[in-house]
Amino acid sequence: MTDVVVVGAGIVGAACAYYAARAGLTVTVLDRGPIAGGTSGAGEGNLLVSDKAPGPELGLMLESLRLWRELAGVVGPDAIELEPKGGLVVAATAAGLDHALQLADEQREGGVEAIEVPAHRLCAREPRLAEGLAGGIWYPQDLQVQPMLATAYLLRASKATVHCGVDVVSVDRGGVRTRDGRRFRADVIVNAAGVWAGDVAALAGTRLPVAPRRGYVLVTEPLGNRRAPAPIRHKVYAADYMSTVASDDAALQVSAVVEGTRAGTVLIGASRERVGFAAGFSVPALRRLAAEAIRLFPFLADTAVIRAYRGFRPYTPDHLPAIGPDPTRPGLYHACGHEGAGVGLAPVTGAVIAAQILGTPPPVDPAPFAAGRFA
Amino acid sequence: MTYSIKFDDRNVPAAPGQTVAGALWAAGVRSWRMTRDRGAPRGLFCGIGVCFDCLVTIDGVPNQRACVIPVRPGMTVNTQPGAGH
Repeated sequence: MTDVVVVGAGIVGAACAYYAARAGLTVTVLDRGPIAGGTSGAGEGNLLVSDKAPGPELGLMLESLRLWRELAGVVGPDAIELEPKGGLVVAATAAGLDHALQLADEQREGGVEAIEVPAHRLCAREPRLAEGLAGGIWYPQDLQVQPMLATAYLLRASKATVHCGVDVVSVDRGGVRTRDGRRFRADVIVNAAGVWAGDVAALAGTRLPVAPRRGYVLVTEPLGNRRAPAPIRHKVYAADYMSTVASDDAALQVSAVVEGTRAGTVLIGASRERVGFAAGFSVPALRRLAAEAIRLFPFLADTAVIRAYRGFRPYTPDHLPAIGPDPTRPGLYHACGHEGAGVGLAPVTGAVIAAQILGTPPPVDPAPFAAGRFA
Repeated sequence: MTYSIKFDDRNVPAAPGQTVAGALWAAGVRSWRMTRDRGAPRGLFCGIGVCFDCLVTIDGVPNQRACVIPVRPGMTVNTQPGAGH
């Protein structure tokens, strides 16, 4: 018997375990796969405020970035490859730049640092960037972590009991049962099952509309190492990335986010397609990603891609996460539906869930994320 | 029919259809790259093009997979230090 069973050993489950344990609760984490085996292990570790329009998600992310910096102090910033590298949004056209500057003005009112970089200064900030861009905006608060390391270190710091390869097949008021016949008893169940959170909700007899949105990431050959990192300093993306994220279109959408990693490779995301859990790779999508990245960084045309990976972002109909108690199943809490922002939003999600379990004041107003809003 | 390829300062015999890694192994060469951070030697690991451990510089182009690239007459293969760039 533990106080809390967390279903899902991804970054959100790990953060829920960490904050619940820190508040004095005993926690067991279950996952049918490995740690960070789903969406957490198939992204880039982007912790962005730059792509958030003013609104509830921006406030949530600002608080979460504050918590990430605090967590880095707990587990060690090098352990999770935390890089306060900042984001650079660039626009190819004057119209695109106007639009981006207008958004930046609105973001500043929400507490975001956004600094205009005129065209002639872009090269000083990001030397290998394409010439002829209209300008850009520098977002110093954007961070990067290595999400699999971050998940593993958070779980370790939580001291929770973690069982991997354990498939939850039923959820009820007093705990869960697993396929191998075990019973894990707890008064509180946290559904942190990512893209499969709708299935876990169904096991509990309730409904949560979380669906997968497919994305690819290209990995280049290593261009650097720990002492001499890849020649891309920031998270760099084109201003039209935001409209791709916010879009409700099911068809393929591509706008590249380009960044170097400590391992020396360059990561190129991010496409978005609503195709269910369709396996396989779409070569046209990979081509478009590569072409977009070359448009931003022409030198990448002569750089080899060594592999590509695919992930499924868990999204909800209004593109906001579901964080909080289920309105019809006492003891069940949802912490899911973060789409492409789960790594960034994990700490604040864990902190809110822990506060709700204990009845203490949450760090942000959780009302916009209430799991009952889909009922 | 055999010919030779250049590996660093020496000539290595090679046969048509052989991979670069195959030719190097046949000549007793086991490593042809130094890792990016610690400079440790690396050579063939998976041997089937998946792991990217056997990277080597071929005709001046770094990060080529020795295990899947076939030898060509006149090819120059160089030990690759670090990322090769």
